[in-house]
Amino acid sequence: MITKEEVEHVGWLARIEIHESEAQDYAEKLNAVLDYFGQLDEVDTENVPPTYHVADIVNVFREDVVRPSMPQEEVLANTGKKQEGNFLAPRIM
Amino acid sequence: MAGWANISQLKEKIAQGSAEEVTASYLERIKKSRTNAYTTVWEGAVEKAREIDEQGHNGPLAGIPIAIKDNISTRGISTTCSSKILQGYVPPYDAHIVERLKDAGAIILGKTNMDEFAMGTSTESSCYGPTLNPWDMERVPGGSSGGSAAVVAAGEAPLSVGSDTGGSVRCPAAFCGVVGLKPTYGTISRYGLISYANSLEQIGPLATCVSDIAALMDVIGGHDARDSTSVKTESVYKDALVDDVSGLRIGVPAEYFGAGIDPAVENSVWDAIQLFEELGASWEQVSLPHTSYALAAYYIIAMSEASSNLARFDGTRYGYRKEGENWHVMASRTRAEGFGAEVKRRILLGTYALSAGYHDKYYLKALKVRTLVKQDFEQAFREFDCLMTPTMPTPAFKLREKVEDPLALYLADVNTVPINLAGVPSISLPCGFTDGLPIGLQIIGKHFDEATVLRAAYSFEQNTEHHTRRPAEVA
Repeated sequence: MITKEEVEHVGWLARIEIHESEAQDYAEKLNAVLDYFGQLDEVDTENVPPTYHVADIVNVFREDVVRPSMPQEEVLANTGKKQEGNFLAPRIM
Repeated sequence: MAGWANISQLKEKIAQGSAEEVTASYLERIKKSRTNAYTTVWEGAVEKAREIDEQGHNGPLAGIPIAIKDNISTRGISTTCSSKILQGYVPPYDAHIVERLKDAGAIILGKTNMDEFAMGTSTESSCYGPTLNPWDMERVPGGSSGGSAAVVAAGEAPLSVGSDTGGSVRCPAAFCGVVGLKPTYGTISRYGLISYANSLEQIGPLATCVSDIAALMDVIGGHDARDSTSVKTESVYKDALVDDVSGLRIGVPAEYFGAGIDPAVENSVWDAIQLFEELGASWEQVSLPHTSYALAAYYIIAMSEASSNLARFDGTRYGYRKEGENWHVMASRTRAEGFGAEVKRRILLGTYALSAGYHDKYYLKALKVRTLVKQDFEQAFREFDCLMTPTMPTPAFKLREKVEDPLALYLADVNTVPINLAGVPSISLPCGFTDGLPIGLQIIGKHFDEATVLRAAYSFEQNTEHHTRRPAEVA
């Protein structure tokens, strides 16, 4: 069972602010789903390898050739805040 | 009126009249429609069509209009995943398939409504409000590509493109009575598709008939180095359009006719299978024993991948932004206000499933179950050329019926998600009606054997009338 406190902690990990008033509703809905996920415990997966990916492709490389990239003004066109050709964000620490 | 015309009929109309007239007639229908299926109608469409009239174009889709799901990047045209968090975002580049469509001469009519970030089965979680089912405006069109299916069903576009992570092309195709294909994983480049669950999703075409699906696949399929999972194939999909199923071995998995299936859906699908038999195919029941675990495994994997893929929406580079005293607070508030409830639930669950202490219990376990589900298909395809099932266990449900119960909504995907876990191709096409609502037949094929799936679907269509039925005028 996931508790209200765990919901708030996971919210922090996921960078989603959770108000105290919402935490209970999240906990209930998430628990219903987690409860359903619990049925996988019934499946014997001893010696079964995980499938991360269905295509049998490993390490796709391209030629190491310089190609033109997107112009800086286009890259920055969708941000509200920029400065000297950079994205502007508040301090992280 | 253009409306429900297919590609070859539209080509005649363009030859006799003009591409501009054809595009204008669709825009006229869109303007009158109540379906709420478009998020953006592209104002440049008529001019682009006129350009094709004036300069000529010998591409396979010259002058043919098409609608694009709102999670596929279109240079200069708003692309929002039907989410508040991407309001105002205008991509500076085209998705690979959009480049291909433009090169082929197709005219983009606009972007179609969807469940926010493709997370849903009803197109109700869109920040623009739900799309209505053209067959019954009280019902959902299915999802998440509900807009892409509804526009084709309502004659608001002859063709569209959606994305299918766990059924998001096939479910709305079934609910709206159109044809929708989820190709083999790796067939269509995902470059420019805004990721939700990248190991599961494929872009897929929707249309009123199987031959248009093949025509669209011939344009948008094929290798692209910008998607590292894109596979080199040399398929010519149109070659698969042969009305002949003699000798076709069909497997019918019992698990796909489980509890909760609507009797009318079950009957229609069996009628379809019997028709295949009359046409020279054979069928046998087969078991895919891990089917009942596929749904849980699917949601764990999809949510885990989503928690990572959606980390990029933090207010810094694009879209909605809510300021805060430091970056973490800004990102947390931006995401709290920018994402809708279902997206937040999935990110939280995915984060939880990947977090220390739970990774092995949920995520790793789901990946192992995925292996077993995939092996079920491999086993079945040793004996059969394709599998046939209902696409959805019921016809389209009522608006708001499942909004407050996420798990009930997830359960509707029971017949579509195993296909994405295995990465095999699957098509949904109309096979009957119940109380005026369409029913979808799902045909599943081997990896990269779209040819068999298309041939079976085309043969069915040639010998039935379901695909010719249209909803009452929805405008």
